[in-house]
Amino acid sequence: MKQEIIIAGFGGQGVLSMGKILAYAGLMDDLEVTWMPSYGPEQRGGTANVTVILSNEPISSPVLDSFDTAVILNQQSLDKFESKVKPGGMLIYDPYGIHHMPQRTDISVHRIDAMEATFDLKSSKAYNMVVLGALLKLRPIVPVESVMAGLKKVLPERHHHLLDLNREAIMRGMDLVKD
Amino acid sequence: MTLEDIKRPENIVYCKPSLLNDNNMHYCPGCSHGVVHKILAETIEEMGLENNTIGIAPVGCAVFAYNYIDIDWIEAAHGRAPAVATAAKRLNPSNLVFTYQGDGDLAAIGTAETIHAANRGENIAIIFINNAIYGMTGGQMAPTTLEGMATSTTPYGRRVDLNGYPLKISDLLAQLEGTCYVTRQAVHTTAAVKKAKQAIRKAFENSMAKRGTSVVEIVSTCNSGWKKSPVKSNEWMVENMLPQYPLGDIKNIVDKQ
Amino acid sequence: MKGNEAIAHAAIRYGVDGYFGYPITPQSEILETLEAEMPWETTGMVVLQAESEISSINMVYGGAATGKAVMTSSSSPGISLMQEGLSYIAAGELPALVVNVMRGGPGLGTIHPSQSDYFQATKGGGHGDYHFIVLAPATVQEMADFVGLGFDLAFKYRTPAMILADGIVGQMMEKVVLPPFRPRRTDEEIALQCPWAVTGHPAKRKPNVMTTLELDSAKMEENNERYQRTYRLIESNEVRFQGYHLDDAEYLMVAFGSMARICLKAIEDARLAGMKIGLIRPITLWPFPYEAIAELSRKVKGMLVVELNAGQMIEDVRIATEGRVPVHHFGRMGGIVPDPGQVLDSFISFFPHSK
Repeated sequence: MKQEIIIAGFGGQGVLSMGKILAYAGLMDDLEVTWMPSYGPEQRGGTANVTVILSNEPISSPVLDSFDTAVILNQQSLDKFESKVKPGGMLIYDPYGIHHMPQRTDISVHRIDAMEATFDLKSSKAYNMVVLGALLKLRPIVPVESVMAGLKKVLPERHHHLLDLNREAIMRGMDLVKD
Repeated sequence: MTLEDIKRPENIVYCKPSLLNDNNMHYCPGCSHGVVHKILAETIEEMGLENNTIGIAPVGCAVFAYNYIDIDWIEAAHGRAPAVATAAKRLNPSNLVFTYQGDGDLAAIGTAETIHAANRGENIAIIFINNAIYGMTGGQMAPTTLEGMATSTTPYGRRVDLNGYPLKISDLLAQLEGTCYVTRQAVHTTAAVKKAKQAIRKAFENSMAKRGTSVVEIVSTCNSGWKKSPVKSNEWMVENMLPQYPLGDIKNIVDKQ
Repeated sequence: MKGNEAIAHAAIRYGVDGYFGYPITPQSEILETLEAEMPWETTGMVVLQAESEISSINMVYGGAATGKAVMTSSSSPGISLMQEGLSYIAAGELPALVVNVMRGGPGLGTIHPSQSDYFQATKGGGHGDYHFIVLAPATVQEMADFVGLGFDLAFKYRTPAMILADGIVGQMMEKVVLPPFRPRRTDEEIALQCPWAVTGHPAKRKPNVMTTLELDSAKMEENNERYQRTYRLIESNEVRFQGYHLDDAEYLMVAFGSMARICLKAIEDARLAGMKIGLIRPITLWPFPYEAIAELSRKVKGMLVVELNAGQMIEDVRIATEGRVPVHHFGRMGGIVPDPGQVLDSFISFFPHSK
């Protein structure tokens, strides 16, 4: 098993920490992982992205030119990464703030209304967990329990009361995916 | 009566401190460094710290201090003695750690290291030789050079409009909460030497008691750099240096308590 | 954990006596992690934020002179400020560890990753004829492991060692197995291991003096000859590199640090297309694996050196190959990191017949 994932959006959407939680979940499952925040000109202009690789085998490059899965949360990221999804790969996007929808037909494209769903939740900060839930439903790379274990590791103890909210957000994200 | 009869212990009223070795000092005749070395060696010996002391030598005339006082030494890069001393003391807290620095070393190239070590209240003693000139490199202007004083880089005298003002670094250091004792001394008379030695002892005691940073400035002569005889240098120092750099304690929070 | 954090944890576990540093992106997590871990409460390790990199490196000099295991870390502009101190540490034959998590320059440059301090690190960045051991980690695991390796080599040869990392390996997160805890050395152990150390206790010996000044030219030349003998010894004992897909390689890539991993991915992709490319990853940049590359230059048809700079390590590769095969360079600068596809495109443009 090897999953090469890019998560891309605006800074502040929780892109980097979503990647971090995914990486920690992989660690909990004894996978090899790399988490690589974006570097290069694409970081300018307030966009942020992170490459997460989970694999059974040692991972060579943390920097990639194509991805199995792209999680896209703004227009700039869609413009940049739609073409970089491997044929047969998957693109997950939140249409909130996206004006030109994905065009590719050789990959599976999933629209997830995560921002809208987050409005119903108590905390807007749970947005990235809603997205993560959708991702995990579509790409069951790691079980939700590993994600929760990873979260527990990433969150300082004073924030552990937020674990339930995060689980709720993940479940909400999973529900957004239509079977 | 032979010489040996006279040299019996009960007859001895004065002797060279044993930490001061027999190497010929490279200092010019009349230079203050020799006297300060002697009282330093005496103080270390009197405090019983000869096996618990790390001296930090500067770049400047006193770079070879380690050739004359038989203790462990680290020679620092120019101006960096307080940083070197910071690590030596923090990693070896039971030792006495002191720096021995000139005015160029301490108050020009090493100003940042000096101020920040003092501001952190490092438990070190700083012995600061202020002779208002760069002795080793041949008599150039120092930060403490007096207004109007001729040096090889201010041949017509220091002009404050060009070169700024003589830096009273000890007064500046006394402002810092990290310093516990800042004093200005000299070694041009027997009485002054005695006082300077007491000041060094106080600084060393502060260091060992972890009271913070102590600074002992010693207003000194550089007869070669000043181009004067040793006697004339002492007179010139009293007339010109001491009004600018008056002697006495600038700060002493320990004795006040 | 991040590469920078791995360095901090490894330092505590190795039994480092002191860390002195000044914040600079992209490596501030090292100091931050150490301050958060408060090792002075557990191992007794001293951690101090200095007022500058100049002060940091001179604290390292002072601490190392007393025989303690001391280190600092910084990124390119800060390492430039440290060059004076590094020259003194080399001249004083002092063991110490310096970490450079490189960013793009020159000048204030960029906070993004680069490998443009290769020359500065491997050729002696300060004044005088000196070298120090330069280790180039490619993984977070190596960031942790090279702390111990760096100190072991530094004490073995009485010479400073540097971990020359790039911003990628400093900032990325990977799985890491930290080394076990070992106690810091006692003062007695230090006195035994480092009889030269300025410990302040000369009771049973002559005073120890750490000096780098020698005005007698004949003696100064002797000092230099002694340094050089140490460097020759290190060159014959401590060359480290890793080879990948070398058995059937017709072409070779040479890259270090993170760039080597990106090249490896490019090579894996190329091999799917039947291109037989191998990779040499120097782990010690000084001493450099001249012999291994020389040997390969007799077998392969060409080499591509890939670096995040304008072409620095390529000079050492060319020294090793002595003109036997064409050696080309592909580099990105200013914080741009090429992806495996770009590396492969560049390779094919230089070696169109490799397909």
